[in-house]
Parts: sequence; C-alpha cells; structure tokens
Amino acid sequence: MIRTTHVSKSFGTFAALTDVSVDIPTGSLTALLGPSGGGKSTLLRIIAGLETPDSGSIEIAGADSTKMSPQRRNVGFVFQHYAAFKHMTVANNVAFGLKIRKRPKAEINKRVEELLELVHLEQFAHRYPAQLSGGQRQRMALARALAVEPQVLLLDEPFGALDAQVRKELRAWLRRLHDEVHVTTVFVTHDQEEAMEVADSIVVMAEGQVKQVGTPDELYEQPASDFVMSFLGPVTKLRGRLVRPHDLVLTAEASDGAVPAIVDRVVRLGFEVRVDATVDGEPIWAQVTRYRAQLLDLRPGDTVYVRVLERVDAPVG
Amino acid sequence: MARVSLRLVALAYLLFLLVLPVGLICFRTFEHGVGPAIDALTSPSALHAFQVTLEVAIPAVLANTVFGVGVAILLVRHRFLGRRVLDALVDLPVAVSPVVVGLALILVYGKFEPIGKWLDQRGIEIIFSIPGMVLATIFVALPLVVRAIAPVLEEIGIEQEQAAWTLGATSWQAFRRVTIPAIRWALAYGMVLSLARSLGEYGAVAVVSGNLVDQTQTLTLFVQERYQNFDQPAAYAASFALAVIAVCTLLLINLLRPKEGTR
Amino acid sequence: MAAPSEEAGAVTSAPPAVSGGGRRPSLGVGLGIGLATIYLSLIVLIPLAAVVWRSSEGGWSGFWDAVTSPESAAALKLTIVASILVAIINLVMGTLIAWVLVRDSFPGKKVVEMLIDLPFALPTIVAGLVLLELYGANSPLHVNLAFSRAGVLVALLFVTLPFVVRTVQPVLLELDPQMEEAAASLGARRFTTFRRIILPSLLPAMLSGTALAFARSMSEFGSTVLISGNIPFHTEVAAVNIFGQIESDNTTGAAAVSTVLLVVALVALVLLSLVQRWGSRRG
Repeated sequence: MIRTTHVSKSFGTFAALTDVSVDIPTGSLTALLGPSGGGKSTLLRIIAGLETPDSGSIEIAGADSTKMSPQRRNVGFVFQHYAAFKHMTVANNVAFGLKIRKRPKAEINKRVEELLELVHLEQFAHRYPAQLSGGQRQRMALARALAVEPQVLLLDEPFGALDAQVRKELRAWLRRLHDEVHVTTVFVTHDQEEAMEVADSIVVMAEGQVKQVGTPDELYEQPASDFVMSFLGPVTKLRGRLVRPHDLVLTAEASDGAVPAIVDRVVRLGFEVRVDATVDGEPIWAQVTRYRAQLLDLRPGDTVYVRVLERVDAPVG
Repeated sequence: MARVSLRLVALAYLLFLLVLPVGLICFRTFEHGVGPAIDALTSPSALHAFQVTLEVAIPAVLANTVFGVGVAILLVRHRFLGRRVLDALVDLPVAVSPVVVGLALILVYGKFEPIGKWLDQRGIEIIFSIPGMVLATIFVALPLVVRAIAPVLEEIGIEQEQAAWTLGATSWQAFRRVTIPAIRWALAYGMVLSLARSLGEYGAVAVVSGNLVDQTQTLTLFVQERYQNFDQPAAYAASFALAVIAVCTLLLINLLRPKEGTR
Repeated sequence: MAAPSEEAGAVTSAPPAVSGGGRRPSLGVGLGIGLATIYLSLIVLIPLAAVVWRSSEGGWSGFWDAVTSPESAAALKLTIVASILVAIINLVMGTLIAWVLVRDSFPGKKVVEMLIDLPFALPTIVAGLVLLELYGANSPLHVNLAFSRAGVLVALLFVTLPFVVRTVQPVLLELDPQMEEAAASLGARRFTTFRRIILPSLLPAMLSGTALAFARSMSEFGSTVLISGNIPFHTEVAAVNIFGQIESDNTTGAAAVSTVLLVVALVALVLLSLVQRWGSRRG
C-alpha cells in the first residue's frame, strides 16, 4: 500500500538515503528501526511529502505521490516533539484538519468528541497543550492526525521525548489503538525493544539503506547480517562467529564441538545468570538459567565447555 | 558598604540624567495650570501637527510590519544565496544618522534628481510632502519588527506549520492560522516599538519635510519650531504629550516582553 | 481501552529549530526575496548609494576639501572626541547601573528598570528640550551648560544611556554564581573575584554596548540642537553641520560629511560583530 522505489536523498554531501525500495502492506503496523542518522526519519518524511527525494518514486494506495504536496497526500503525521498548536485548545487542535476541509460544525464537534474519547482526553478538551503532560500531548497529536481519516499514519520517534515509564505505556497503547483503528501505520524508532514489542513487521535501516525486512521473530532468529543481529538483541562472539548468549550451552565435561573456556565472573541477574568467560584469549558471555548455573556450580578460574545450541529451522510465527 | 555606595552612584546618575529632566516636562507643562496646557495642546496647529504625525507614522508602521513579517520568515525558515547579506542590511538603518537619512532620500526623490523628476512629471511629490516623510520614517524604524519576531520564529520551529500541511492546510492557511497566532505577542511588541520610533522621529523628517508649518509639520517638528519662536507653553505641552506616549510605550513593551518567551 | 497513567511534567522541550534542508525552493520564496530586495533598495540602498555618489562628485580632492573645510572638520572632530568620551563614560556607568539593577534590590527598582529604556522611546527633540530647561539658562539647579560643549556631552549621555546597560544586564543575569563561589572558596576576595572572574565574562557585552553607544552618539542630531546652540567651531556636531549644509543647498558638502559618518558607523558595526563573535566563542 505504501511503495517506495529506488528512493535516494542527499543533504549536501551527506547521503541520507541510497536506493531504498520498500513495500509496506496495507493495514500493517510497521517500524522503521535503526541507529540515529540511518535515514529512517528522512524516509518517513519523504513518504509524508515533507521532503522530496532526489530520485525514485513513492506510491501511496496505488497513486503516484512523488510530486504531491503533503496537503494532498492525506497522511497523518505525528512529530517527536508533538508540534501542538500552542495557541489553540486541545479540541481545536483535533478539529483543525476538519475545519480546513470546511466540514459542518456539528460534524466537527461530534468527530472531535469521538476522538478525544478514543484517546482518553475528554476532560482536557478546553485546556491548552501547555497544560498537558508530554504523553497527553502526544495522544492529542494522534487524535489530531486521525481526525481527517488519513489513509496512512506516520509517527516520527513518537515517544522519544517522553520518560521511560510513559514510553512503555504509550507503546502498548499504540498497539491497542492500531488493533482498533486498523490504519496503515509506520513509525520510526531507534529502540529495538519498542519495535519488537509493537510492530507487525520491521524494516531495519542503517547508513541510508535497508538492511532487512521481516517480522520481529524472523529478524531475531534469522538475521541477515551481523549488523542486524547485534542491533536486535544481545550478542557475543565465539571463535569469530556471532551468537546469542542464551544459545550457548555450558557443560562441565568436554563434548563434540565444545570449546574450553576459563570462567571470569558469575553474576546472578534475577531469573538468569550471566557467565563471563574467556575463550582463546577472547571474552565471551553466556546466559544460563539459575538451575543450570546451580548444577554447574562454577567459580572464577574453572574450566567449562561451551557449544552453540543449533536450532532446527523451526517455522516462525 | 560597597553595595550601598554603588547604588547611590547609579541612582544619582540616573536622577540627574533621566528622572529630573523628565519630571521637569511635567512641571513646566502645568506650571501655569492645567487650562493653559490644554489650550496649547488643542490649538489648531498642535492638532494638525498631531494629525500629520499619525498620517506619517501609521503607514510607516504598517509597511514595516508587512516587510518585517515577510523578511523574518525568509531569514529564519529558508536558506538562499545572499541570506547573510539581507540579514546585515536589515540592521543597517540603525547605524545611519537621521540627517543622513533625510539627505539620502532627497538625493534620490528630490525634484531635480532622476527618479524624483520622473515622479514629479507624473504629479507625485515625495520630498517636502507626506510620502517623503513616510519613507524617512520607514527607514529609521526598519529593523524593529523583523528583530522582534525572528527569534520567536526561530524558537518555535517549523513543525507546527508542517503539522498543519499534513492536515491539509495550504501554505497561506498555515501561515494565517498557525504562524501568525504563534508569534502574536512578539509581533505586537515589534509593532509597538515601531510605532514609538515612528511617532518620535525628528531629524530625518526635519530634513525631508521642509517643515512647512500647518502642512508637513509633525508633533516633533512642532516642538522645535514653537520653542524657537519663544512659544514655550506650546512646546512643553507637545513635549508632554510625546513623553506620555513614550511612557505608555515603555509600559506596553514591559507587558509584552516576557510573553515572547513562553508561547 | 484504558488510558495510560502518567506522571505530569514528564516532558522535554525544544522542538528542532529550523528546516531548510530538503524543502523545495518555491516560487513564493523567490517572490519574497525579490520584493524584500525592492523594498530595501528603494528605501535604503539606493538613497545611501546616492549619498556616497554625490560626495564623489568633485573627485577625491573635492571630497577631501569638503571634509576638511574648517567648519566641517571642527564639527567632525568635536563629534568624534565627544563620542569617544561618551563611550567611555557609558562603559563605566552602564556597567555599574546594570550591576546595581541585577545584584541589588531596593524599593522602586522596577520603576528604575523600566525608565532605563526611556531614551529609546522619547523623541530626541523632547530630550533636548528638557535637558536645556534643566541645565540651561533657566536651570532650577543653577548650572548653565547652554552653548557649551558640556551641554552637548550631557545630551549625548542621555540618548546613549540604555545601550551598555541593556547589553550587560542579560549577561550578568546568566552568570553562574558557582563560578564566584569557587573563587571565594579558593581564597579570592570580592574585588579580586570581580576583576578576574566576572569582568572577563562581561567584557564582550560591555564592548558591544560601548560600540553601539559610540555609533549612536556619532549620528545624534535632535537632542543637541537646542542645548548646544549649534555654534560652529564650538558646539556644532557633525549631524548639525550636515543639516546646515543641506539648508544652504550645499548637498555635495553635506554628502561628503555624511559619507564620513557612514564609514565610521560601518567600522563600528564591523568591530561590534567581531566582538560578538569573540564573545560567543568564549561561551
């Protein structure tokens, strides 16, 4: 439903996007995930029409939107710093798009009421954004974007300016909102936990290029590169190969394919235990259950045998 | 000990330089009673001078407001070749002596100069009449609105406007419904400063107006002409009126100034 | 769907400043630049160019003769010397007043604070009038500065009062008190702290304000007209000299002296921006 084809964009000598082609399915909740400067926000803004690509095309719902102004694209956009209309009440903020479209007053009032109920800001209708907390402002921004029934909803690091606790809550709330409203939604984040928790599908981007596209499980289990693997979860290196620390099996006796390691530290982290060790002079860490750790009863200086748990390619999802 | 003596020195300096002179206007104006003062202020010449002042100041403020908003947006929201030059040029009027302003305008728009002659042939008089005085006033107050709103435009950023675009507003609609309301206090502040400057201009309009009594005499020119014709009461009354306007301006800008930062 | 609970005030401010990169340069912007250029040209640029042009009418020798003519030269000399004097006085008094306004408190301070801007708001001719009344022949204080250079000085001090105060005040307000506390804990006494810690931080602002005061003083006209009597060779300032030459239809001479003033003002502004850049580099 959103299709970007061979999109490139540079700012001066800095290449923000290089030949990016991505399809975003209708009705999905997709995350553009990657480190800062990777091009995700640029791509989002190009989809919205707030930037124009140097080359390539954008198609939204089948229509070529590359040269369309943001006004005509009917995309809702939510900014990291809310972009609230500070001089208007919450209700007028939400009503803005409808007023521009000159809808009848009664219709506007009804729709604003609906949306404020949806985002649980009914009692703030006549307050000003300055009187709201950050999370409330962002919910208002969402209501405002949804008011005009956009075909696409775009969010640019929507929770980046909020406290950790509020971020977690709004994350879950966004997921539930999407389940109710079903608009094609794309959001940008550099937080892999956020992407994994919220999105149906994730587009990993770095250095202006798409590194991998897939569901959270696919990306976690079958990362296409070392970069994607280390970005999406904990990694450690065993003899030059990247593995997940919880995929390492520790045994007291040598076995086929197991490598000897000298234990450096054993740290209990709640439910799990982290074992720091050295293999051939290189540091490595493994994550084992407390049960396993108890069984092995490791002390610093002990020798333990490490091998990688090979997973049969289990069907995902 | 040092604190008190510093305070005394500062206050004494301000007393003799600022407070006493201003206090004196009030005293001299009403020295012979309120009646004569009011008479002097409402004489036909005085009223006419006041009218001319408004005829000159108001168009100047309006012109500079439109210019100010446009240029502030250009400077803050866009990058283009010559932006730094425009930025510096806007501040230029501050450095020019009012008399030089007058001279400069005469040399271009005077009847014997190329542009002036061309206009004169079409019946348009600039120098020695109101339009020239408006130009002079525009010149001296040029930077005020720009410099008042540019920092606020910078501070609020472009995102509100971008949000408005994504919601379907055209550039003009976004400007009218989002940009202007967002800067309204800073805009008011700039306009008040501009008006005060325009009402109080003396040197530039003195040169450009030819000071034709009852025709091109503003209130400031009235003060000087009456004083030099030994009509002190009229001069003081007009000075008092101008001082009152100045103090009102001070009050207004004090009210408006803090608000720039909050919204 | 339940509403998430939140802690109030969990917010960072500051939206990104400005766009620019990526926005297609549009017709509207081009039109805007064009209109702004026309406005500036018609009102500021062409007129000022005309002044410089007219002053060059007699070539270098004509220009030089006009500028060094006895009356004009005296006026320029008086103006420059007076402006330097005024700048220095403002440097000291302006900083002092800013200090008192920021660090001290006394009843009526708010009123004083507001009054500082009065010279900005009051028409110069009115200032001239009241200074003449207070310090002239009819002075209630029994001083008579009329027709004297001291009178000119007082008028210039009046109109330049706010400059140094208003540039130094914000810097004083922003000063980190912990710097002074650190100095005190290291054994520095009040004056030493002032001299070695505070003054260097204030210096860029002090110099900025002084440059502005100097430029303003060079170009001042209205406030000196009444109190000085405009006596050539004695109390006639450059701007008054120019005015006189315009009245006598000697526009070339007027333009020449005007060009000198413009150059001096330009130099002052350039120095000002250099000082500001130096100041901002030191943080």
